[in-house]
Amino acid sequence: MMRLRIVKRPPLPGWARIAIPVAAVVTTLLLSAIPILVAGANLWQSYYHLFRGALGTRFNLLETCVKASPLIFTGLAVAFAFRAKFWNIGAEGQLLAGALMATWIGIYWTWVPKFLLLPLIIVAGFLAGGAWAAVPALLKTRLRVDDVVSTLLLNYVMLHILGALLFGPLQQPGSSWPRSSEIMEAAKYPFLMIRSRFHLGIPLALVAVFVLWFINTKTVFGYQSKAVGVNLRAAGFGGISTTAVMMKTALLSGGLAGLAGVGELCALQYRLILDISPGYGYSGIVIAMLGGLHPVGVLFSALFFSVIIVGAQTMSRMTGVPSYIAEVVQGLALMVMLIFLLLTEYRIKVARK
Amino acid sequence: MTEASPPVVEMRGVTKRFLEVTANDAIDFTLYRGEICALLGENGAGKTTLMNILFGYYAADEGEILIKGEPAELGSPRDAITRGVGMIHQHFTLVPSQSVLENIIIGKSAGLFLDMAAAREKLIKLQRRFGLQVDPDALVWTLSVGEQQKVEILKALYRDVDILIMDEPTAVLAPVEVGDLFKTLKTLVEEGRSVVFISHKLNEVMEISDRILVLRRGRLVAERKTEATNTQELVNLMVGRDLLERIEKKPLALGEVVLEIRGLTVEDDKGLAAVKNLDLTVRSREIVGIAGVSGNGQTELSEALFGLRAPAAGTISLQGRLLAPGSPAAAIEAGMARIPEDRIETGLLMDLSVEENLILEKHAGDDFQSRGLLRFPSIHRFSEELVKRFSILTAGRDALVKSLSGGNLQKVILARELSGRTVLVVASQPTRGLDVGAMEYIHQRLLAEQERGSAVLLISEDLDEIFTVSDRMIVMYEGIIMGDVRTNEAVREQIGLWMTGVKA
Amino acid sequence: MMREIFNVAFITGLLGATLRMATPIIFATLGEILAERAGVLNLGIEGIMLMGAMTGFIYTLGSGSLWLGVLAAALVGMLLALLMAFLAVYLGLSQHVSGLGITLFSTGLAMFVYRLKVGSPLVPPTVQPFRQVAIPLLSKIPIVGSGLFNQYLLTYVALLLIPVISILLYKTHLGLKIRTVGENPFAADTVGVNVNLTRTLCLVAGGALMGIGGSFLTLAHQNMFLIDVIGGRGWISIAMVIFGNWNPAKGALGALIFGLLDGLQLRLQGLGFRVPFDIFLMIPYLMTIVALIGVSRRASVPAGLLKPYRREEKGG
Repeated sequence: MMRLRIVKRPPLPGWARIAIPVAAVVTTLLLSAIPILVAGANLWQSYYHLFRGALGTRFNLLETCVKASPLIFTGLAVAFAFRAKFWNIGAEGQLLAGALMATWIGIYWTWVPKFLLLPLIIVAGFLAGGAWAAVPALLKTRLRVDDVVSTLLLNYVMLHILGALLFGPLQQPGSSWPRSSEIMEAAKYPFLMIRSRFHLGIPLALVAVFVLWFINTKTVFGYQSKAVGVNLRAAGFGGISTTAVMMKTALLSGGLAGLAGVGELCALQYRLILDISPGYGYSGIVIAMLGGLHPVGVLFSALFFSVIIVGAQTMSRMTGVPSYIAEVVQGLALMVMLIFLLLTEYRIKVARK
Repeated sequence: MTEASPPVVEMRGVTKRFLEVTANDAIDFTLYRGEICALLGENGAGKTTLMNILFGYYAADEGEILIKGEPAELGSPRDAITRGVGMIHQHFTLVPSQSVLENIIIGKSAGLFLDMAAAREKLIKLQRRFGLQVDPDALVWTLSVGEQQKVEILKALYRDVDILIMDEPTAVLAPVEVGDLFKTLKTLVEEGRSVVFISHKLNEVMEISDRILVLRRGRLVAERKTEATNTQELVNLMVGRDLLERIEKKPLALGEVVLEIRGLTVEDDKGLAAVKNLDLTVRSREIVGIAGVSGNGQTELSEALFGLRAPAAGTISLQGRLLAPGSPAAAIEAGMARIPEDRIETGLLMDLSVEENLILEKHAGDDFQSRGLLRFPSIHRFSEELVKRFSILTAGRDALVKSLSGGNLQKVILARELSGRTVLVVASQPTRGLDVGAMEYIHQRLLAEQERGSAVLLISEDLDEIFTVSDRMIVMYEGIIMGDVRTNEAVREQIGLWMTGVKA
Repeated sequence: MMREIFNVAFITGLLGATLRMATPIIFATLGEILAERAGVLNLGIEGIMLMGAMTGFIYTLGSGSLWLGVLAAALVGMLLALLMAFLAVYLGLSQHVSGLGITLFSTGLAMFVYRLKVGSPLVPPTVQPFRQVAIPLLSKIPIVGSGLFNQYLLTYVALLLIPVISILLYKTHLGLKIRTVGENPFAADTVGVNVNLTRTLCLVAGGALMGIGGSFLTLAHQNMFLIDVIGGRGWISIAMVIFGNWNPAKGALGALIFGLLDGLQLRLQGLGFRVPFDIFLMIPYLMTIVALIGVSRRASVPAGLLKPYRREEKGG
């Protein structure tokens, strides 16, 4: 009978921190060959169309960037939370909260001066997402409610809040679909490059990456958040107010996810619909893990996934492989990354009895 | 038992490595029928590892094992148990929320359904035979530590174990319970069973064993018949030099009252009072030791002082000012240096660097941050200076704390705690699990603090440590103070009585 | 309207709906209890249920046999649970993230395979679903009879499983082993119980139940496959485990309450109750959050939950 023995290994050198995610990505791409072959498509053609569809032309490349924007935001959101061991599975709901706030202000706050509208929406969307994350954080710190389950359930609660509003007060007059009216012109994200959908959200996302890096490495809050994640008890012993840190972490995390929602609404959809997010909040989890919970890692990880998502559409059109392969790759990537992370600390010895 | 009896266990050339550490180095171990054999050595000498190999919990890298004359391939405890080997670990393998009976019959399947009646009968027979009385239906969490140990022994006997390994069994027992245990062990060997007794306590080893094997740093260094040796020789074998620390304590004039505890009542996790209406004062330049078997409220007392647990009643004052309850920050602010008993779980951020650990308590102060941004130059200077001052053996201030050895971990904590304006040091089990060198270092530091003018409160299960270091000693039993004497006037027998709850 | 609520037909209909809506949750909750009692939190539940729903549907579509579809769903559930066991038990990876990985992967896979097999027709394919079976005498009982005793066979199976799993956990040697592994894996290991094997078996058995629960939704309750057919029921089951204190009967009770609320909101909707549909849909989730708050205070969590068990950790 075979037995797996997991044995600790000496720490890996620094370059491993980059090599591991890269190896995970390569492995995932290789494993994706299996569903492609099962779908009966030609392997090389599929990969070709995947990459060409994502990076081959100027338009495609910019589209990939557009897709990356919400993924960067949710990835940063989840990464920052996970770093503090706040298991924020609720980025999806926080994203919706941000989109909801943006819709409300973007349609009804007509009295705001035009040049202030967009900044106001961005700030409000951030706060809305943060507030929605504060609820489970409060439940966790005050009442010891498991954050995985509570953040997850609140995703569905927010979805139904949206449903109630979109079939009710927010519904576009005259429509029988759950959708809102269109937001004001001044609330829309400007397009930054002609003949593409490349919008304000992308540079905003890059700024967010820098800001998160700065917070993590240079600020007291970043240090405290990290300490709380490493050992809650010891951090408390050392005088850190762990509840306050957890709450602030949740606010920032939820806020980032909220900004993803604001972007989708104000740059692409212009009106609130129920499926404004095809699961960006959940993708954020995979992106965060693949990125090693590091802001720059998240950036590259988000780009990788947006390549897959955008490319999968083209691949689907040209080779008939269902575009859902992107979701399959996503799940695979998470599991592969987990295994590789394990291998940074342990070796697997196979002992035969 | 005579030497002519056949060996029931033979371990030849057993070697076990963990990463770069060789825990057992080509050890030969023999156990004879009907004997109590002691494995003696300091913490970390490799005694538990060796027995874990015999128990099948670990796999040896080299060497062979024979049990009752037959070669044994021990891949898991199940293999060992089948051959009659049982081990009672330091941390009990009981499920607190289940009953004694359920804990004992686990894994002994006969058929599909649990037959509690038959099991209960068998258990009661065993209890009578060996004098180990425990209520079979009691839930384990309600039992005292001594009773839980009895359940562990019954568990082994229920499985017809005839080679019983006990790992530091007396660490959690009061003197009277130790007597009960020794009686039980003698009964077991009279029946022809064999016992391996792992310990680092010389007196007990001398009292109970027939033969002693001494391990030092993973190697077997000596084998003696108990009647042919003495404590001094054993000490030398264990550590390679004299154990007895020479502490030069200068007589110091006591200062003002620094720590004042009044009417302190602290509840444990189950809501029961672990500390009951305690009064205590410690003065500047005084070292007060709190002795007692662990589990008598010391943990809760230290947690209350550290700010980890808010007391149910009573007050704690530092230099006349009331300490806000349940706030580690308040304790730090008031000048308390705190050394927690569980240094890894409570005291350190293992996955962070030495520097990040050293600034844990001070990072929010004006020295190391301004407007929320960390001031790295000052932080680097601070941490490098501390590493030097406390001789912390590490690759550098950026090295991860989890790469440090036990003694150095404690040094990081000391460096962090003792680097400010300390008025009181509260050290809870500070030398647990450390080798003699590290132990001496810590004692020296505590004495240095005393000379500096701090008040020191030392909570320790190690009676020798209390006798060596403290000026005044207090015995805690079930949450109350049984006695309070000057160390140089203390009598060991009296202390022992207090530790088991006998007043007067 | 009150008169309408208290009339017999309404109550009968409600009872029937309660059991129907509760069935998939009962399956999934029992499956999750098995896993968690052994110390593994299986967050792959939502994905496994979806794969079960899809596999059962596709298999029935192709073969024409409903029970083979259910069997296929169970097998798929077991395979995915085996993967979970590999990640979380043998490799000792974070149970949270492994489970989420399984859910994400399974969700993608379910949609991928469905699209591959079925394409994107204008009218989604349907199967001939299970029919409800009336128990001869009992279904004639006034008022409750035709509600409670005129159900799908799978529902009766789910209800029967409640005492079966309870007896397994509390009255058999295997159950004691499972509970010990979940409370103190070290204790179980030292008496020779194979911790990893026990956990794996519990996960796999649980996976089968979860798969079956998913297939109920596409083969009985409805007769087609939609991407959101599970709609968070997996997560509800996770919450029901906590709500029920890891006890099969109490967890099933929670599932029934959920079924009641689900059935109630549909019926009240039909009576013209003027609260937005979605507010009602929210109630089960809010109810479970409230339950979580109440329950978190009690320390009945299996003490070994979430901790991978590895032997070589300690040295010396």
